[in-house]
Amino acid sequence: MASKQQKVLFEAEKQLDIVNEQFKTLQILNEEGEVVNESAMPDLTDEQLQELMTRMVYTRILDQRSISLNRQGRLGFYAPTAGQEASQLASQFALEKEDFILPGYRDVPQMIWHGLPLSQAFLFSRGHFAGNQIPEGVNVISPQIIIGAQYVQCAGVALGMKKNNSKAVAVTYTGDGGTSQGDFYEGINFAGAFKAPAIFIVQNNRFAISTPVEVQSASRTLAQKAVAAGIPGVQVDGMDPLAVYAVVKEARERAINGEGPTLIETLTYRYGPHTMAGDDPTRYRTADLDNEWEKKDPLVRFRKFLEGKGLWSEEKENEIIEQAKEDIKQAIKEADNTPKQKVTDLITNMFETLPPNLEEQYEIYAEKESK
Amino acid sequence: MAQMTMIQAITDALRTEMRNDPKVLVFGEDVGVNGGVFRATEGLQKEFGEDRVFDTPLAESGIGGLAIGLGLQGFRPVPEIQFFGFLFEVMDSIAGQMARMRYRSGGRYHSPVTIRSPFGGGVHTPEMHADSLEGLMAQTPGVKVVIPSTPYDAKGLLISSIRDNDPVIFLEHMKLYRSFRQEVPEEEYTIPLGKADVKREGTDLTIVTYGAMVQESIKAAEQLEKEGVSAEVIDLRTISPLDIDTIIASVEKTGRVIVVQEAQKQAGIAAQVVAEINDRAILSLEAPVLRVTAPDTVFAFSQAEPIWLPNYKDVLETAKKVLEF
Repeated sequence: MASKQQKVLFEAEKQLDIVNEQFKTLQILNEEGEVVNESAMPDLTDEQLQELMTRMVYTRILDQRSISLNRQGRLGFYAPTAGQEASQLASQFALEKEDFILPGYRDVPQMIWHGLPLSQAFLFSRGHFAGNQIPEGVNVISPQIIIGAQYVQCAGVALGMKKNNSKAVAVTYTGDGGTSQGDFYEGINFAGAFKAPAIFIVQNNRFAISTPVEVQSASRTLAQKAVAAGIPGVQVDGMDPLAVYAVVKEARERAINGEGPTLIETLTYRYGPHTMAGDDPTRYRTADLDNEWEKKDPLVRFRKFLEGKGLWSEEKENEIIEQAKEDIKQAIKEADNTPKQKVTDLITNMFETLPPNLEEQYEIYAEKESK
Repeated sequence: MAQMTMIQAITDALRTEMRNDPKVLVFGEDVGVNGGVFRATEGLQKEFGEDRVFDTPLAESGIGGLAIGLGLQGFRPVPEIQFFGFLFEVMDSIAGQMARMRYRSGGRYHSPVTIRSPFGGGVHTPEMHADSLEGLMAQTPGVKVVIPSTPYDAKGLLISSIRDNDPVIFLEHMKLYRSFRQEVPEEEYTIPLGKADVKREGTDLTIVTYGAMVQESIKAAEQLEKEGVSAEVIDLRTISPLDIDTIIASVEKTGRVIVVQEAQKQAGIAAQVVAEINDRAILSLEAPVLRVTAPDTVFAFSQAEPIWLPNYKDVLETAKKVLEF
């Protein structure tokens, strides 16, 4: 029997194209530091622009020093951040003090600029509980190691803010690999269903350790994953501080006005390895790709932009670099001077009231520690 | 005083704490207008509103995350996991997250969450509804695990669990929900967590147990009495932390012990109880401490429950082994 021409019931390619059309990359500053989208320009004063650049330069130095201190054995776990300054710091710059940040393991810079003392960030890296004793009034929680967990928790923090009628938002970060987790989807879906004031940021640096983003999903953007939750999604040039700032600012406005959560994908790149625990990016990244992204460096384009406005100089930048180095030296000293952890400390931190098994073990270790 | 089933006592405890503390929130799958699949939250949304008693999307991990986040904003969440076999979906939120909150933040944050969840065999539920997974929770530092066996205990323990400022897993045995009524005070009262209860005093043998096995053990003890043996039945009520003092005092008195659980032999907490007794009271023992458990298979297909679940006959048989050792 001759096969009959099958009737096409849905136009698969067209369907995907129509969706992709909705998620074009938003950019304000191009690689040369030129404004390419005047209408999207955020309303920032000269001082604010300088402050944002200051933080980005400072954080680049912090990354360089952290890698070096890690190699000397003076820091422990460290996930490099160079390249992601616009994505991390311009997003945090759009927040208010009352906003609550649930960071991933690479998001220590946001915590620092939200109020975490540098010495505590170093103690977190070394593996000391004092690093996680966030000062009162600093609305962050320590970096989440379980990829995706921060997303479901963010939905809860945001719902809590809504119930408390606070004009604040919960903000969380994950990477491109993290979008494959169930908790990623559950988090944005819960926040959507409860119309909770949350901002979900996906920092797409194209690699989850060695796995390229194309292996994570057939989806052509990560921003469009918002569609599954019925919430707005936006893809932004994550190497462009002004675009990142503008988008987070708008998501924040929507959230505090009761319009619900937003998913933001920042297209970014990490210049360094995944972590300092032996990862070697030359095994899975080409020099061509590295070079392509180095041209997009957020510091380079923002420096050009500010210099064009007469708001930046080499002298000013060097002052910040010296300041950062001095602060880091001081913070490492403070971390060194933090008393060593004892088992009795760890026991004490478990519960408000110790159960009998821990009371018993406390006595045993207190005895050992007294010798 | 009122005659209540365990499920009524649970609802009463939830109502009491919701009235006492405006920060208490009840949420989960179908706990709102529906009043819960077992009616445990019946009438609560009507009395307290949708802001405090609400349904969630069908995702246990999300529910766990929601509870953690709400806890960080000063609420006292009482989420429900519809059946404890669904624990695996939310294992990270419980064991990987809320259990560690106080510790990992050096006391800066905590998780005042009470997770309610039904479990337990004997009512012919479909797959993954009845499994006894309390052993997994008891192995998790940072959570307390409470399993009441009577309406009176359920109310006092649930109020204590909700007031506790650290996470509590409150497991409700489905077979006990409506199997009998008991006098339960209408006013509020608490039962301390971590305290066992001697349900029946005896001098010849100690039976340490919890959950639905309490009734089976009492039934066995009544039979033993007819045969001239005086068995003491200890209902642990909290399986983590254990009430070591009550267990050891009884063991020192009787010299013979069995531990009875519904979970498989490799699961549950019976092995932990045996080890504690061996550590602390071996010189009092006239015989080894034996266990009554389910076999080490996956939880029975529902038709096979009667031949698989431990019951009073198994308790009797093991008790006799220990008595005749």
